[in-house]
Formats: sequence, structure tokens, C-alpha cells
Amino acid sequence: MVDTASAHGRALTVGAIARRGTGWWGLLTVIATEAALFVYLLFSYFYYDVQFGRGWLPDPPSFRYSLPNTIILVASNIAAWVAARGIQRGGRGRLVVGILVALLLGVAFCVLQVLEWRSLTYTLNANTYSSVYFTTGGFHLAHVVVGVLILLLLLLWSVLGYFDRLRHTPVLIGTAYWHFVLAVWLAVFFSFYVTPYLW
Amino acid sequence: MSYLSGFGNRAYPVVQLTWGVTALSLAVIVICTGLVLVGTLRRRVRGTGAVDQVPIAPGESGLRWIVISVAVSSVFLFASLVGTVIVLAAVAAPSREPKVTIEVTGQQWWWKARYLSDDPSRTLITANEIHIPTGEPVHIRLIGADVIHSFWVPKLTGKTDTIPGQENEMWLEADRPGRYRGQCTEFCGWQHAHMAFFVVAQPPMEFDNWMAAQLQPAAAAASPDIQRGENTFTFHCGMCHTVRGTQAGGTVAPDLTHLMSRSTIAAGTLDNTPGNLSGWIANPQAIKPGARMPVLYLSGPELQNVRTYLATLN
Amino acid sequence: MTVSEIERVPEILPVSAAPRRELEEIWKTKPGIGGWFSTVDHKEIGKRYIVTAFIFLVLGGVEALIMRVQLARPEQSLLTPEQYNQLFSTHGMTMIFLYALPILSGFSNYLWPLIFGSRDMAFPRLNAVSYWIYLASGIFMYVGFAIGAGPDDGWFNYVPYAERPYNPGLNMDFYSLGMIFLGISTTVGSANFVVTFLLNRAPGMSLNRVPIMSWGTLTASAANLLVVPSVSLAFFMLWMDRQFGTHFFDVSQQGQPLLWQHLFWIFAHPWVYAIVLPAMGMVSEGLPVFCRRPLVGYTPVALATVATMILGFGVWVHHMFATGLPTLALSFFSSASILITLPSVVSVFAWIATIWLGRPVITTAFLFFASMIVLFVIGGVSGFMTGSVPVDWQLTDTYFVVAHIHYVLIGINVFPVVGALYFWFPKMTGRMLDERLGKWNFWTMFVGMNLAFFPMHLSGLFGMPRRVYTYPAGLGWDTINLIVSIGAFLFAIGVLLLLANVLVSLRGGRVAGANPWDAPSLEWATSSPPPSYNFAVLPEVGSLYPLWEGRLGDAAARSSLAEGAVLDHGRETFSVTPLEGMPDLILKMPGDSYAPFILTVGMSAGFSGLIVHWWWLAAAGAALTALAMIVWLWPERKLAQIAGAGYG
Repeated sequence: MVDTASAHGRALTVGAIARRGTGWWGLLTVIATEAALFVYLLFSYFYYDVQFGRGWLPDPPSFRYSLPNTIILVASNIAAWVAARGIQRGGRGRLVVGILVALLLGVAFCVLQVLEWRSLTYTLNANTYSSVYFTTGGFHLAHVVVGVLILLLLLLWSVLGYFDRLRHTPVLIGTAYWHFVLAVWLAVFFSFYVTPYLW
Repeated sequence: MSYLSGFGNRAYPVVQLTWGVTALSLAVIVICTGLVLVGTLRRRVRGTGAVDQVPIAPGESGLRWIVISVAVSSVFLFASLVGTVIVLAAVAAPSREPKVTIEVTGQQWWWKARYLSDDPSRTLITANEIHIPTGEPVHIRLIGADVIHSFWVPKLTGKTDTIPGQENEMWLEADRPGRYRGQCTEFCGWQHAHMAFFVVAQPPMEFDNWMAAQLQPAAAAASPDIQRGENTFTFHCGMCHTVRGTQAGGTVAPDLTHLMSRSTIAAGTLDNTPGNLSGWIANPQAIKPGARMPVLYLSGPELQNVRTYLATLN
Repeated sequence: MTVSEIERVPEILPVSAAPRRELEEIWKTKPGIGGWFSTVDHKEIGKRYIVTAFIFLVLGGVEALIMRVQLARPEQSLLTPEQYNQLFSTHGMTMIFLYALPILSGFSNYLWPLIFGSRDMAFPRLNAVSYWIYLASGIFMYVGFAIGAGPDDGWFNYVPYAERPYNPGLNMDFYSLGMIFLGISTTVGSANFVVTFLLNRAPGMSLNRVPIMSWGTLTASAANLLVVPSVSLAFFMLWMDRQFGTHFFDVSQQGQPLLWQHLFWIFAHPWVYAIVLPAMGMVSEGLPVFCRRPLVGYTPVALATVATMILGFGVWVHHMFATGLPTLALSFFSSASILITLPSVVSVFAWIATIWLGRPVITTAFLFFASMIVLFVIGGVSGFMTGSVPVDWQLTDTYFVVAHIHYVLIGINVFPVVGALYFWFPKMTGRMLDERLGKWNFWTMFVGMNLAFFPMHLSGLFGMPRRVYTYPAGLGWDTINLIVSIGAFLFAIGVLLLLANVLVSLRGGRVAGANPWDAPSLEWATSSPPPSYNFAVLPEVGSLYPLWEGRLGDAAARSSLAEGAVLDHGRETFSVTPLEGMPDLILKMPGDSYAPFILTVGMSAGFSGLIVHWWWLAAAGAALTALAMIVWLWPERKLAQIAGAGYG
């Protein structure tokens, strides 16, 4: 006698549907490990901060680029979210437009980030602060670039008609990754740009 | 170098705790090994029966083995924890304010010792052989000059690292006279193996005498031979070494003002004999490959001069 | 066969009616050299891991023997200081990174789909790439060693000595980049294990029915996902300091040498549990078979495994007790380090109880599994001793710690691995290892190991520092070192006997059937060696010991092995719900692919470019890597990743 957890007579879905299947869980492990990387980067930043106290910062970094960039990244994520919701309801049009908007805003983020760096008076190896600032920001920008590449591929695959109401797991995976990139940015933004004013 | 016995208030509590945890550990090893041995032998299947011929015997669940072992272990582990915290508190600080403070700098591959004093004329800089008075706690401040080293004299105290960018504080105390060997115990490069030092504990009167003698500059050259030796020394060695009272004022290498008062050279690597000293000066790289002291290619007469001079640095 | 079917009722067949030839066609690796580079067969990948890890074990062992010749007598000059430093550093790196985890990944890779009643790991191509990257990064680091630029600052690589002013050669660059490279393999491998554990099990295999050994690898993998980034970041920062003059650890700016130690040990302490917990799992799996009874305390042991790792995240500072940290911090970490002994007590007494309450059959596998308990206890108590801060201030950085680490590494990794080899060799090759040669193998290894490492407790207590290329005579260390060196060579002979046994038995060993040990778990329900498709019909699981059902005094047999789903519409296996193991999906699995190998080639070019500062090569390598990944991830119709016609 076999108990109820049996495949006998049961119709099973073939292949991944929405968030069921190995791909989605695989993404979660990627997010876990990449999030850990940023935890250690921020740990290093705060370790230096605590060791030196006030005055190890040259000047607190400015909001001039970082605040608009935050808004751009949030907007990009909203577009991506709309795209994912769209295809979950079968809306191919919403998918394509949403991904395209998210992609363009993502590129805008990269451009603004580079402009911000070029506006700074210090370079990578000026001091310890600059070393950790550019390395953290650099790792985040690298994740954004990968995210932009993912959005580009999703756009291409959407236009090729690969996704529909049932099969769209790559869209969920790709947009979830993009949301993760935003979450990291918010943590980095808070740590580097906001906390200097808090204590 | 064994720390199964030690001397001084910084060491005694730790020696007791060490023996305590060692005894506990040995008991655990004996008990568990016994259990595995007896358990294996007593109900073993004899002969060369193939495994798959021996029937499965489910037996009891055996959970009480786990419950009892965890309960008993918890008691001993907790006791060890309590012992640890007690000893940590006991050795965290000396019982009274230390009267001697020595700033010890670990650098590749020797130990600089600077005896601090409010009176600048009583600040002594020496190397590799650290004298302390008995019956008194001594405060040690540890400075890192290049890479991480670790200051350890096992008969008197546990080890603490010298780390560039921070100052570490520790203390030790010797309750009887003696010569205690120490060694660097944090990997620091090529000659980590040859970076020893000695702590010499002396009764307070003898310590004061030693201090007074060390604070004196080197005696002036008593003969033309010695003067010649001093000149050779200053020319070849003065860039790195200091001998107070002469032109030799280098600070990157050990202070040699009273070299002959030390029992070892090259950071505890060699006994301070004329033969060893000559050999060291002639070719330090043969004894400590990678040492910062270069081969100087002194000629025979030059070496002889330097040796003559150094022999006067008592 | 519809390529874009959405749903299907799996066809259930008795084993005798299963279409074995068709399944073999679907699952077998392409023959020839193409198949060799493109296979995703987990059994093949597992064997490659095991063989490669053993090669590194031998290399690391030779490095150790050379050091032991140098240290057999005081003040010898067989080796220069730099040669010795490279040897001890490369020995540590090789054993801890290139042997200890990969060997366990190898066994897990081979066994997991079999013990789970599945046909493959969750990500077959990722599995292949984790091996290729491991091989490439190992070669990368050994190229450095071969050209005289091996790591020379210990496996722990403290700054400032690892910084450019003190270490201008390529040594640290090979190590830094090599470790980041290897970290990628570890990370993707860990992701694969975690997802496989959650989803790729047989129907009915609920969480309380997964084989005990899988808890070890699961725990290690979850931990690695969280801590490998710490050490990768540390090495990246060091590499940046060395190439571009950043100031992470450079005290001339505000760099902090202790930050290196924190980032390193936050990784390395959990790592030492990652390299023993899976091996402990293998003991928990195999020992009961030779005691002819189930393991005592499956649930406590599974919980203890997870508890050890969770506590293991909170003890890293015990490697830094001598660095001058505040007493409060030291007390906390000391307490945690003492208490972490408790979960290990659970495992040790579970094994002891299993022996006491069972009927031991003294095979070679049993000897390795039982003796490891003794070695574990010795290594465990010496670790407990170092957990007490004031005692550690004497013990740390002496040979006492060298004794401790070798008792835990050899006792809780190598001995279980050798036991596992004797246990599972029949399954992997269809032949038994020779028992008489096995007994010689065991005794030489056991006596040699104890002769080599037990005296080190004494030289450590007598004050001998570690990482020294020589030592003065007359300090009480001379005879001990001579005995240690003799023991090391005896141990090495033992390892040679193991290799001899493997080579001899591969050709002429006694032929093994499907279940020569009458063991309880699913891998023994298929042939030895298993076919490419593992199971002709997928089993359904009703208990923890499917092949012992009916003999454990419980209800009648509940698992279904004689009939089950055949899943032959291409490469397919089940995905189940994580907790209850209810069938959820029919997964379409990818077949052989060159993408993993090509990706590794691209990555190797990338790292090679970085180390010699040929930025164009680094960029080209990165581009090839990205291209391989895009091809790999491109949605495929036959993997049911593309929308079917008629839906929108």
C-alpha cells in the first residue's frame, strides 16, 4: 500500500510554471549569496566607520545624482513589476512595454552613476573611504549591468513570443533579480549617503 | 618553552585551568575510546560472515544514550565555561599598578624594547633581551611596525599580537629570578622561526643596577685599535645600528650599545660567543636567510676591527 | 510525444516492463571525446570530483612529507625558508580547499539522485560547470606553485604580510584570484545541492525520510552560500590593494589588518564545519549498515547537524583571541566555542549507541567508520581546550593546534571518506574492494596517523610554535619531531595501500550485486553500477529505510520499488513539495551540453588575463563566459520553457 503522496493516477504539470520548478529556487539561492556579498561590503564600511569615528569621511557624498538615481531605479522596478504582472494575465503588450521601459531606465541609472563618479574629487585609491566607496558602488553597478543584460534578453525573448500566460518563468526570475538589485541599492544608498547625517 | 608549569601571577591561574581542561579532555578520550572498543567487540559477528547474511536487528531506540551524554557533557562544559570566565577576570589586569612599562615593537625579525619613563634621560632602548624586576607586575605595550607578530613568553604569560595600526596592552609578572625564553608566534615571513627573545627576571636591586648600566653610553675607545674598530663599525653598521656615545645612530636595527651584556644574538638564534658573533657579522644570510642585515663583504682585518670594538660594548 | 504538453498523467509500469533500451538512449552520454566534454551525468561528474580530489590529496600529502623530512631533526637546511613557506601554504590550501570539500561534493553528487530516488540533480549543466571550474581553479593555483610563485603566507594569508611591500611576487595574486575562481565553483555547487534537496526527491520522501547523510551536505551548502562571499570579498580587496593601490588593509591610510581576519574567519570557521558535516553524514549512513540496525536518533542527529552550523556562524573570533580584542567580546566567543561541542556530543553518542545496540560486522568500512569516532573525540576535546580564552592564549599558534586540526580533518573527513569508498565502491564500479588489503590499509593509516599527530599535542604543550621552517635543538622538541616524521611516512604508506586496493579491485575485485551489504537506502535498489537513468521506474517512498521495510518490526512494506512512474518522454524526473514530498511537477531536464566547458574556458581566460594584467584577455574571457551563459539560459522548447501554440 502506498500512501497519499503518490504519482498514481495524478495529472502533473510538465515543466516549470510561474514560480514552481527549479529555476525560481535557483534564483533564490543566487539572491541569498549575492545579498551576503553586500552584507560583507557594508560590514566593512561600518567597521572602518566605527574604528575611526567621525572625520574619516572626506565630505558626505552628495544627493545630487544619488537621489534622482534612486527614483530612476524605483521607477524601473515598477515598470518591471507591471511587465511581470502583465504576462501573468496573458498581456504580451504590457510585458514588452514594461521590460523596455525598465531597460531604458536601467541604462539611465548606469549613465548617471558614472557621471556621479566622475564628478567626485577623489579617485579609487585616494584613501580607505574611497576604496570602499568605489568598490561597493562598483559591485552594485556590475549587478545593474548584469540586470540590464537580463532585461535585454527578456525583451528579445518577449518579442520572439516565447512567453504566455502559462510559460513565463524567466520573466519572473529576471524581474525578481531586478527587484533584488533595487533592494541592494537602497541598502547602499542608506549606508553611504544617509547615515553620515544620522550620527 | 613548556607552559604546563609557569611562574608569576599572570601564569598561575592559567596553568591550573590548563591542567583542568586537559584532565577533563583525557578522561573523555578514555571513556569514549573504551565505549567504542567494548561496543565493537562484545556483540560482534564472529567469523567471516558476509554482511548481508547477518539479519537486521532493530533493537531499542537508544535515545537515552543521547539524552544522558548531552546532560552530563553540559555540566562539564558549563563548569569549564565558568572556570574560563573566572580565570579571564583574574588575569585581565595586574593586582596593582605596574611601575615598569615597556613598549615592545615586533618587527621582521627582532624585538625592540623601549623602557618608558617620565624622565627622558631614563628612557632605555634595547633589543631582544628584556630585563624585568621580580615581584612586580610589568606593563607591556605592543607595537606593530611592519607585519603582525606575536609576543609570547610561555612560562610567564599567554601571547598577544603586535598589529600595525593599533597598540595592544598586556602585563606579566615574575615571582622569582630566571631567564625565560620567548618566541614570535604569528607567521611573519622568512625568519619567523628565528625570532626569539629572552625575559630576564632579576631581584629589584639587580634590576636597578642593570638599568643604570644600560643607560650609560658606550665607553670611549681606550686604545687606537679600538678606535679603529669603532670607525669601521660606524662606517659599515651605523646606518642601521645605534651605539650611544658614538656617531652610529641608525634606528632600523637593534641598539648595540651594551651588546656584550646579552647572552644571545640575532634574536635568540645564536649564543653570544666571539665565534658566533664573527660568523653572524660575516654572513648573516647564511644563518638567517632573508634577514634585513645584508652581507657586508668585510675583509679579514675589517672584521677583526669590528670584533675588537664590539667586545668593549659591555 | 508532444513537445509543448502542459499536463500528463505519468505512465506507471512494473520494473520488468520498463523500456530500458529507450531510457538508456535518452539518458546516456554521447560516446567519444565530445561526450567527455559535454556530459551532465551526475555519476560521471561525481566520479571526476572524487578522482581529482584524491589527486590533490596525494599532492598535498607529498608537500607534507617534504616538510616532515625538513622538520625531522632540528636546524636542518634541506629547504630554504621561502620553499618551506610555499610548501606549508600550498599544503594547507590544497587540503582544505582542493581536497576536503570537493571529495564530499563528489560523493554527494554521485549519490544524491540515487538516494533520493531521482534521475538527476536540479541543475545538471550547473553540476558540470561546478566541476570544470573546480578543476580550472585548482590548475590555476598550481601553475603559480609550479613556477615558484605559490602562496607563501599560509592558507589564512594574513595582511600586512600578504600586501605588496612585503610580498611583491605573483604568489598572493595567484592565491587571491584562484580562491575567487574556486569560490564560484563552491557557490554554484552549493546552490545545486540546496535546490536538489528541496525539490528533486522521490514521491513520498517527506523531510523526515531523507537519508541522514543529505542533511550534512545540505547544511554545508546553505552555509557556503552565505559565507563564501566573505572570503571572496577579502581576497578581492587584497588583490585591489596589490594591483591598484587601494587602502583596505594598508595602515598608511586607514586600512585595518584585522578586517582581513574578520572577513576571512567569518568564512573559514563555517567552512571547517562544511568539510566535516557531510562526512559525518556518510558515517551516519554507513555505520548502521555494519551494525545491522537503524541509526540511533535520526532526528536528534539531523537537528544537531543544523545546530552545529548555526552555532558555527557565531564563533569565528576564537581564531583571533590573541589580537587584543576587548574582554567582553572574548568572553562571548569563548562561551559559544565551548557550547558548540554539545551538538557534536549528540552525533558521537548516536554512533556509539548504534554500535552498542547493534551487531557489528567488522569490515574495513566498519573499521574506518568506528575509528573515526575515537579520532573525532580526540580532535573535539583539543578544540574544546582551545575554546577557553586563557588556555588558548598559550595553545594558539603552537603545534597543539596543528594536532587539533589534523585530528579533526583526518578523523572527521579522511577516515569517513575512506570508509565511504569501501562502502560505495561496489555501487560505483560493480566490484568489491579487497578486504584483506583493506585491513592492512586501515591499520597502517590508523597507526601512522596517531603516531604522526598525537605527539604534536605534546610538542605544542612544550611550546613549539607552528609555521616554522626549523627549530633549535634542546628545547624538548627534537625526539617528538622525529617520531612525527616517521608516523607521517607510515600514514603515507597507508594511503598508498588504499590506492593499490582501488587499482587492483577495479580490474579483479569480486563482482558486486545490486546490494552486497543488504543496506536500506534507495541507491542499493538499482544495479551496480547504476544505468545512466538510475531507476527504470521511479520509486515511491513510504519510510526512512525502504529496503529494510517489513524487517524493522513496523507495518508491512510501504515503499513501491517494483512499480512506478517511467517518465520517458525525454529526460524527465519528478519535482516534489519540499516538506511532504508530494509530486508537484514533471521536470524536463537538459541533456549534454558544451556550454559548461566553454564557460569555464572563458572564465579561465578571464582570470589569466587578470593575473598578468592583460586586460584585453580578461575582457575577452568575460565576454566568452557571458556568451556561454546566454546560450545556456536560452529558453528551449524541449525543456518546456517556451509558450505552446494556441495560448496567449
